[in-house]
Amino acid sequence: MMQEGLDDGPDFLSEEDRGPRAVNVDLQTDATLQVDISDALSERDKVKFTVHTKSTLPNFKQNEFSVVRQHEEFIWLHDSFVENEEYAGYIIPPAPPRPDFDASREKLQKLGEGEGSMTKEEFTKMKQELEAEYLAIFKKTVAMHEVFLCRVAAHPVLRKDLNFHVFLEYNQDLSVRGKNKKEKLEDFFKNVVKSADGVLVAGVKDVDDFFEHEKTFLLEYHNRVKDASAKSDRMIRSHKSASDDINRIASTLYTLGTQDSTDLCKFFLKVSELFEKTRKIEARVAADEDLKLADLLKYYLRESQAAKDLLYRRGRALVDYENANKALDKARAKNKDVLQAETTQQVCCQKFEKISESAKQELIDFKTRRVAAFRKNLVELAELELKHAKGNLQLLQSCLGVLKGDT
Amino acid sequence: MSGSCGRNPPPFPDNEDQEAELDTRVLDSDEDDDEGEDIFTGARSKPITPTSAPDEGDIFSEEGSYIRSNVHHATNGLHSDEELDLFTEATVELTLTNTTSQGRREIIGPTASACNTTHVPNSILKPSVVTKTMEELEEEESGDQFELNIAVTNPEKIGDGMNAYMSYKVSTQTTLPMFLNKTFSVRRRFSDFLGLYEKISAKHSLLGCIIPPPPQKSVVGMTKVKVGKEDSSSAEFVEKRRAALERYLQRVVAHPSLLQDPDVREFLERDELPRAVNTQTLSGPGLLKMINRASDAVNKMTIKINESDNWFESKLQEVENEEQLLRRLHAAVDSLVNHRKELCSNTAVFSKSVAMLGSVEENSALSRALSQLAEVEDKMEQLHQQQAFSDFFILAELLADYVRLLGAVRCCFEQRMKVWQRLQEAQSTLQKKREAEAKLLWANKPEKLQQAKDDINEWESKVSQYERDFERVTCTVRKEVLRFEKEKARDFKQHIVKYLESLLHTQHRLVKCWEAFLPEAKAIA
Repeated sequence: MMQEGLDDGPDFLSEEDRGPRAVNVDLQTDATLQVDISDALSERDKVKFTVHTKSTLPNFKQNEFSVVRQHEEFIWLHDSFVENEEYAGYIIPPAPPRPDFDASREKLQKLGEGEGSMTKEEFTKMKQELEAEYLAIFKKTVAMHEVFLCRVAAHPVLRKDLNFHVFLEYNQDLSVRGKNKKEKLEDFFKNVVKSADGVLVAGVKDVDDFFEHEKTFLLEYHNRVKDASAKSDRMIRSHKSASDDINRIASTLYTLGTQDSTDLCKFFLKVSELFEKTRKIEARVAADEDLKLADLLKYYLRESQAAKDLLYRRGRALVDYENANKALDKARAKNKDVLQAETTQQVCCQKFEKISESAKQELIDFKTRRVAAFRKNLVELAELELKHAKGNLQLLQSCLGVLKGDT
Repeated sequence: MSGSCGRNPPPFPDNEDQEAELDTRVLDSDEDDDEGEDIFTGARSKPITPTSAPDEGDIFSEEGSYIRSNVHHATNGLHSDEELDLFTEATVELTLTNTTSQGRREIIGPTASACNTTHVPNSILKPSVVTKTMEELEEEESGDQFELNIAVTNPEKIGDGMNAYMSYKVSTQTTLPMFLNKTFSVRRRFSDFLGLYEKISAKHSLLGCIIPPPPQKSVVGMTKVKVGKEDSSSAEFVEKRRAALERYLQRVVAHPSLLQDPDVREFLERDELPRAVNTQTLSGPGLLKMINRASDAVNKMTIKINESDNWFESKLQEVENEEQLLRRLHAAVDSLVNHRKELCSNTAVFSKSVAMLGSVEENSALSRALSQLAEVEDKMEQLHQQQAFSDFFILAELLADYVRLLGAVRCCFEQRMKVWQRLQEAQSTLQKKREAEAKLLWANKPEKLQQAKDDINEWESKVSQYERDFERVTCTVRKEVLRFEKEKARDFKQHIVKYLESLLHTQHRLVKCWEAFLPEAKAIA
């Protein structure tokens, strides 16, 4: 039982996944629409996800089908939600981050260059380590893309979105190219304007206590999650480095142990074996902390940003509404373009009220989801840490027993 | 290498040096004085006196004027003129320290006294004992039944500014009769330890002993301490040095012949030690040392001994390999120490961050759980810190010590090379003298013939002297290496077991931390 998870992961790079994976967010799986990523393939520059859908909804031609999608197509889907006015009142599930194998690839390359300076065993071991790391990053990116789709599928309104259905069903390439330079520049300016505007909008005091409170809360929460996320990354990186060192210690001890067949050499071999095993456990501890803690914090960093965006949109709508009110008053006073002003004001009012209504529910859901996700992950984190510590304990105890018995 | 206590070091390296080994069985009459000196370390009687050495000097003039004055022993209440009592007490001493050396006692007694009363040229007296086998050697080593515990504690800063230094308390607790008291302590400073090393090294390294190297100097570390920087890094430095000095002394006294050395005893017992000045890096002796080391390195490359068995060659190779590997291991452990320290500080920072997050969280159960998580991470930080401490003091320092010790072992092999070289040179000189004689005979110059004959005699006796030296050094080196290996095996096993126990302890605490946290996490609703 202790060895479970120690020999994780095959050595090859393409991932064969079966069934739903543990996701960071607790979602109700609904029989009417189930989405998951059943397979993924890593090619040189890109990752190809196989999106598998099971649905009883009449909109789809079949009950079960799969398509292949790439990261850009997920981004296209996300952006289409953001740009859709109808969804202004919802927290848009955050887009999955781009698959980033650069660091891992760089390490593999450095390893290849340094091949001459280490023994064959060391090289093979380090290679296995790096391949396992690559695999872990791969699994993570698949999980994050899947979570995005599941969130959309679980949302009562978004799941009905036409683009979403096209995304799921259309088995040809969606031909969404990545944004070109001009579009990226446009985006950049849009963001600048938006954040300036965001500041203005945030400054407007809200009549509704609930939203005013949420605004303050989310701002602070987002900042603190950001901080915690960055610090957890650093901590876990140190942990990984320490376990790499134990790896080197284990292999040097092994070499020392093979120099001769004296008592001391046999001793070294046993200790080397022990360090090999504890090193694997330490690496798993770092990996689990990464999954259960760092990823959780990263996810809620993105979600809290999405919630902030919702508040911004509502704030914007409120400002528009108030401006429309003022314009209407002015028009009535001048008795000029009153009808137009009235329609504008009506539109703004409806928009604002619609957003407010759904936003309230969304924010309450966000809280519930957040608490549930933290609970799940913290419990799992604690359980895994315990499991690994006990595993280490057992290894150390049995090794010490053997070593002390010998001497 | 002049010590400030009035002793002149042996002219280096061609002169005969004293025999420091308690266990060597090959005796030469010209060695007797020195040998008696070392065999016998009784508190009451005294090794050779200054008066006897010059006598030997007359007869064994070719040996040079090695004078060993033990003036400083006078302060310990040792009598200095008991030559006759010397050997009777020598035999007594042996039974005390080594119960399995019965055979040796008989051997040493008669020949020693014979030496003293008759002036017999060394070439006549032959060693009357057969070299013992390796197993017997090992048995003799383990006969020590006396206790000697040394501790280095209480570092204290004396003085101010750049002239300040750290003074350490050296406490000894022993049942060995050669010391005046059972428990005593003195205060010593770092240069005293280095001075001790110089003295021991001067005497014993030429015989092929493995001399434990002292802790390294550190200008940066000491300057920080001197300047008065009271931060954790200078405290760590002082602790590191204290522990290193303690291990150094423990190794010195673990060596049977070094323990017998009066300088060691004086170091442990004497209240005020004259300041060792030759330990400054850039002083005259220091420079001389560096030059000698450089020339040694060149010599090493050109000497090759024709060995009957290649024990020495293969052993040296083993030692060199092991030194490489231990260096590598040390680098890895060093890296681990640094990463753990990094992990420690990152965990502390993360813990605070989580606490902040918990305080802003609205859901009260989650908020509580998050602050509990912050506490867990805080405890982990302490665990990491302690583990890094263990990593360093138990493992890293052990490895650093052994890298340097293996260097000392190599020096030991080099000494043997030098002795061999000297023998070779003497043999070739003898050859030349013989040829010169032959030439003179041919050229019929009777006046010069006597001189040539005298020369030949001189060199013949030198050659046989050096042959015996070489035998002796070979024997000593072999024994030293075996003793070293045993000690190393024991040291490593002990330390690694201790290290694993520290890891075990950490994991236990980890389990407790997370077990306490789990119910808090489950309580989130």
